Amino acid sequence: MSASALEQAKRRNNARAWSILLILAVLIVIVFIVSMNTGYTRLSPADVLKTLFGYGTEKQSLILFEFRLPRIVVSILIGAGLALSGCVLQGITRNPLSDPGVLGINSGAGLMVVLFVAFYPSNEASPVFLLPVLALIGALATAGLLMLLSYKKSEGVSPMRMVLSGIALAAAIQAAMIILTIRMDPNEYQFVQIWIAGSIWGTTWKFVLALLPWIVILFPYVLFKAKTLNVLNLGEHLAAGLGAPVGRERLLLLAAAVALAGSCVAVGGAIGFVGLIAPHLARRLVGSRHETLIPASALTGALLVLVADTIGRVVLQPSEIPTGIVVAVIGVPYFLYLLAKAK
Amino acid sequence: MTSTLESASQETPQVRSRPLTAALILIGGLAALAFGLALSISVGAADIKLSTVWEAVFHFNGDLTQHQVIRELRMPRAIAGALVGAAFATAGAIMQGMTRNPLGDPSLLGINAGAGFALAICFAFLPGLPFGQVTLISFLGAAMGTVLVYGIGSAGRGGLTPVRLALAGAAISMLLVALSEAISIHFRIGQELVFWYAGGVAGIKWSQVAVMAPWIGAGLIGALLLSRSITLLSLGDEVASGLGLRTGLAKLCGSVLVLVLAGASVAAVGGISFVGLIVPHIARSLVGASYRWIIPCSAVLGGVLLVFADIGARMIHRGFETPVGALIAVIGVPFFLYLIRRMRRETV
Repeated sequence: MSASALEQAKRRNNARAWSILLILAVLIVIVFIVSMNTGYTRLSPADVLKTLFGYGTEKQSLILFEFRLPRIVVSILIGAGLALSGCVLQGITRNPLSDPGVLGINSGAGLMVVLFVAFYPSNEASPVFLLPVLALIGALATAGLLMLLSYKKSEGVSPMRMVLSGIALAAAIQAAMIILTIRMDPNEYQFVQIWIAGSIWGTTWKFVLALLPWIVILFPYVLFKAKTLNVLNLGEHLAAGLGAPVGRERLLLLAAAVALAGSCVAVGGAIGFVGLIAPHLARRLVGSRHETLIPASALTGALLVLVADTIGRVVLQPSEIPTGIVVAVIGVPYFLYLLAKAK
Repeated sequence: MTSTLESASQETPQVRSRPLTAALILIGGLAALAFGLALSISVGAADIKLSTVWEAVFHFNGDLTQHQVIRELRMPRAIAGALVGAAFATAGAIMQGMTRNPLGDPSLLGINAGAGFALAICFAFLPGLPFGQVTLISFLGAAMGTVLVYGIGSAGRGGLTPVRLALAGAAISMLLVALSEAISIHFRIGQELVFWYAGGVAGIKWSQVAVMAPWIGAGLIGALLLSRSITLLSLGDEVASGLGLRTGLAKLCGSVLVLVLAGASVAAVGGISFVGLIVPHIARSLVGASYRWIIPCSAVLGGVLLVFADIGARMIHRGFETPVGALIAVIGVPFFLYLIRRMRRETV
């Protein structure tokens, strides 16, 4: 193939990737609008429009501005954040099974939630607002411990060692959780189980504000590092040969992944699956160059969580299905279809 | 030309292994296992002297309560522990070799998630089923999980690549776990499920051991027979088929063995599959990369680990059974972390 033909093929691929990104973005907007309309109280599109411009009734604007909009925005942010984190992790560990879960982040946050529930019985007015802070501390502490465990002075952080240590750490934490929960009161256990299944419960503007900075800062950072991720993906010897300061780059990217996943899990519960599946879906759609893979992962993750949360809110009204469960139920079949179709 | 090709295909490639260490581990491990079994039979709510254990086994006297306790409660429990530990560890070794992924363990084939899903359905819709039937249904669940993973993993062009198997396994497990979670949250049976699922060999009777033992025995022998093919698979599909291995057939056999070994174990005692992840790593770091040695050593070490962990589970809180799976994680994790740290960069 001549150089110009190669160039042309590359451009065609690029055009395809960009159109897929555009389609994903349009889909998110559509689901956004549908999601605003649906819920326990139905709002017609006209009502939504009126309310958005300030002409709705008091009740309508309360529902839209205080309940639905923050929840929708949080869903999008969480989906994007977890997917980005997974994408970075799969890139630097070169293991297709990597996701924020293997860093022990979900378990670390989960353990804090279990401890919290165990120490504040449900009948007391427990300071629920402490929960996301505690979950974040749990997630960061676990990730920090993991870094310490997988860091060696002579070699830095080896990705394989990190993944294995992460799995081991997660297993130990889960064991501790089983021992703590097995004699818990059934209602408390129910709360813990719903949290672990992943349900978006941080649904006020405060949580949006808490989550937004992480995504706004780290998404451009990760995108900026797309070339580095491409190179790291070739394997570390080759990467070092190409002149990438492997150890330092990897540590920085890892820290970004931890911060993204930690903040999302703190607000949204352990919806860890998005971090595994969204990057794979994106890779099947746009290929594995990180320049397009990173935004595609973020969009896929956002779309997945937004759709799942909307379905979870609507199907079993007035009760809700935890978002994490819906994500798996709709995400897995599509993922398997792509997997079977792939060459 | 043909003859050189043939001779090349006869040769097993050079794989680093330490047969002497392996033999030592096998002998030492079997001795430790025998000691563990005796200890496991003698300690419990009422301690029984080792000499009485000996008598109960070889000169059984039905009039003595102690002999009855030993025969009917302690022996099946100890033997089930050894069998299940060996089965999980062997299944894990096969999975790690087959998927070439150090994170491979039986649960990646959908076994745990399938069994858990079947259990959730059992508890929600058919409460009060007898123990034996629950076990059978959860084995069927494990089989369903495996068939799904294997079927979807090998559908499409290119067949069953390690990456595809791992991804299909992870995705289907996620789906089944999510469905079980939905059922257990809706019917509020989460705690019961955890209690069953956290695993334990307490309360196992001879009737179950009798059902389980032939399957696990056959599975272990099958694993030994397949060990050379697993070594080849662990070198990569291309190398393996270049050396004359029918990789598709080998993977099918491997998956069936994993299903038999881990499925029977999960159905009987719940998800203690962490054994399946760590023991093969321990074995590999001791005896090298040849599965001919990894598989038997994993079996013996897995049996030893589970028997001693079960003793611990009884002793920590006398009168209360600590979930043995949790205990294994607590003991196993620090050791595993130490091993990972010690590994050379190339091997990790």
